[in-house]
Amino acid sequence: MANVTLRDVRKTYPGGFEAIKGVNVDVGDGQFCVLVGPSGCGKSTLLRMVAGLETVTGGEIDIGGRVVNGVEPADRDIAMVFQNYALYPHMSVYNNMAYGLRNRGMAEAEIKSRVEEAARILELGAMLERKPRQLSGGQRQRVAMGRAIVRQPKVFLFDEPLSNLDAKLRIAMRVEIRKLQRRLNTTSIYVTHDQLEAMTLADVLVVMNGGQVEQVGNPLDIYEKPATTFVASFIGAPPMNLMSTRPQEIRSQLGTGGGSAEAGILGIRPEDFVITDQAPSGGIALSLTVEAIERVGAETFVYGARQQEEQRVAATPGELPPGEIIVRIPGADAPAIGQKIRVAATRAKLHLFSADGRTRIEA
Amino acid sequence: MVEQEGIRRYVAHFILWIGIAIVAFPVYLAIVASTQETGVIANGQMSLLPGGEFLKVYYQTIFVGTSGSTREPVGTMMFNSLVMAMLIAVGKIAISIISAYAIVYFRFPFRMPIFWLIFITLMLPVEVRIYPTYKIVADLHMLDSYAGLALPLIASATATLLFRQFFMTVPDELLEASRIDGAGPFRFFWDTLLPLSRTNMAALFVILFILGWNQYLWPLLITTRDDMQTIQIGIRKMITTTDALTEWPVVMATAVLAMLPPVFVVVVMQKLFVRGLVETEK
Repeated sequence: MANVTLRDVRKTYPGGFEAIKGVNVDVGDGQFCVLVGPSGCGKSTLLRMVAGLETVTGGEIDIGGRVVNGVEPADRDIAMVFQNYALYPHMSVYNNMAYGLRNRGMAEAEIKSRVEEAARILELGAMLERKPRQLSGGQRQRVAMGRAIVRQPKVFLFDEPLSNLDAKLRIAMRVEIRKLQRRLNTTSIYVTHDQLEAMTLADVLVVMNGGQVEQVGNPLDIYEKPATTFVASFIGAPPMNLMSTRPQEIRSQLGTGGGSAEAGILGIRPEDFVITDQAPSGGIALSLTVEAIERVGAETFVYGARQQEEQRVAATPGELPPGEIIVRIPGADAPAIGQKIRVAATRAKLHLFSADGRTRIEA
Repeated sequence: MVEQEGIRRYVAHFILWIGIAIVAFPVYLAIVASTQETGVIANGQMSLLPGGEFLKVYYQTIFVGTSGSTREPVGTMMFNSLVMAMLIAVGKIAISIISAYAIVYFRFPFRMPIFWLIFITLMLPVEVRIYPTYKIVADLHMLDSYAGLALPLIASATATLLFRQFFMTVPDELLEASRIDGAGPFRFFWDTLLPLSRTNMAALFVILFILGWNQYLWPLLITTRDDMQTIQIGIRKMITTTDALTEWPVVMATAVLAMLPPVFVVVVMQKLFVRGLVETEK
């Protein structure tokens, strides 16, 4: 049981590349923290720094009240689950789990009871004598988890542990990881690029981009109040619609009340649009030409082009082409392609950002 | 391809049998010749069927030796060859796996220059550096010794390169998992890398054992005592006789005996050998 605190953590590679540019995160005891971001954002590097597999250039990493910057990975009291599992191919499942304990000089009887307990939790009991290559992907994943559990560490570290599994198994394992973490109540840090995994697993969600933390907080808070356009478009699928507020069409509807005067970018989530001819008071209405329809059963995504062409808004990732708007409507009834529709969103559903997308403006 | 019918299959098999005959006949001839009497071969009247001298000839070969030129029994020579081949194979594997481990997993000053230095020695086989090597071995008083036979042949760039390539395919995460599991460099090497290299080591052992067994030039140079000579040298010396008849049955028996250890090694290690060469799963 331990807090993990990162204080102004930095990582600069010998070539001068700044992978981590000063990160401050505080993960409370027993909390599940998810680091999410696009590839290359430094989330894995940060996790590996917590594990002790990468050196720390600046700042402090504190696990359970002890600064561990110079401490060997084995002495940090952490356990890590790797993306490719990193099971020892020549050792049986039992030995894979027991290896770390043996290196610590633990008594064989204690090792046996711990491994058997972990095998029971993970339903690996029948496979203890098998080699990793005789296991399926999901089973290997469990063994990797088991290797972490038997250590009874202060902190679990997960490095995209589900990305090698197929979609169905991934969802099942996601739920299992969450249940397991609740049950063991061990502080965990989990790295993923999958925003769905991030939303569903996290107590604390850390959205990273370009070696920096964009936003930290409860997943739903982040979803409802993204701090930057990056977070707005990264969290949520399909991504939030982002538009420049400059075109007259939008400007006139927003009025000058509250923060909308200095707002440069307007964001609206696809599900916050309603197809209606009535303009809401204080909200925003757009005219769209339907260009594509995606039906997924319970809901339908309508891709529309705005009538008036306007300036490009920079918002990686999942950026929409300028002028394209996604509308998410329940059910399978959708307008026809080529049809002209009016969509509206109420004032409360609008997100306003400064022109550079770095600041959220509360109206 | 697999299900070929009738005549085509017989033709294919016929051709294969011809191939086998071409390869196997000289070996058969050697075995037959080793069971004849000396005079019969010298007369050019050797039968293609085995003669009746099998036990006598092999007893003489292994325990007594020829009556002329080199008087050492082949048993001693085989022992010498065996010691030399084993020392070379085991020594090469041990040295190269350790140096490859250092080059792949450690960051030390001049790592790459050292690697290239090892690489360059590929261009310097024994034949090229034979005089300086002889001088060193002589200065170290290792002429006519097992150390002198094996040591100069032990350092191996090829095996180092092979292990380096293999180590680079081992995922980094295994090393990282070992570090988290509290295994230091030695434990990682011993507990993880060595077991994973098992098939590579077996393949290398087969190749190096045969290489060592078949050494000719080096043992010829540094062994002068009859009781230190290897079987390859022995055969050669038996054939050249100045004033007596070459004892062909004994020579052939020696040749047959010289074939046995490599064949034995290949047969025993075949499964591992093939796996070591083709295995991709890590």
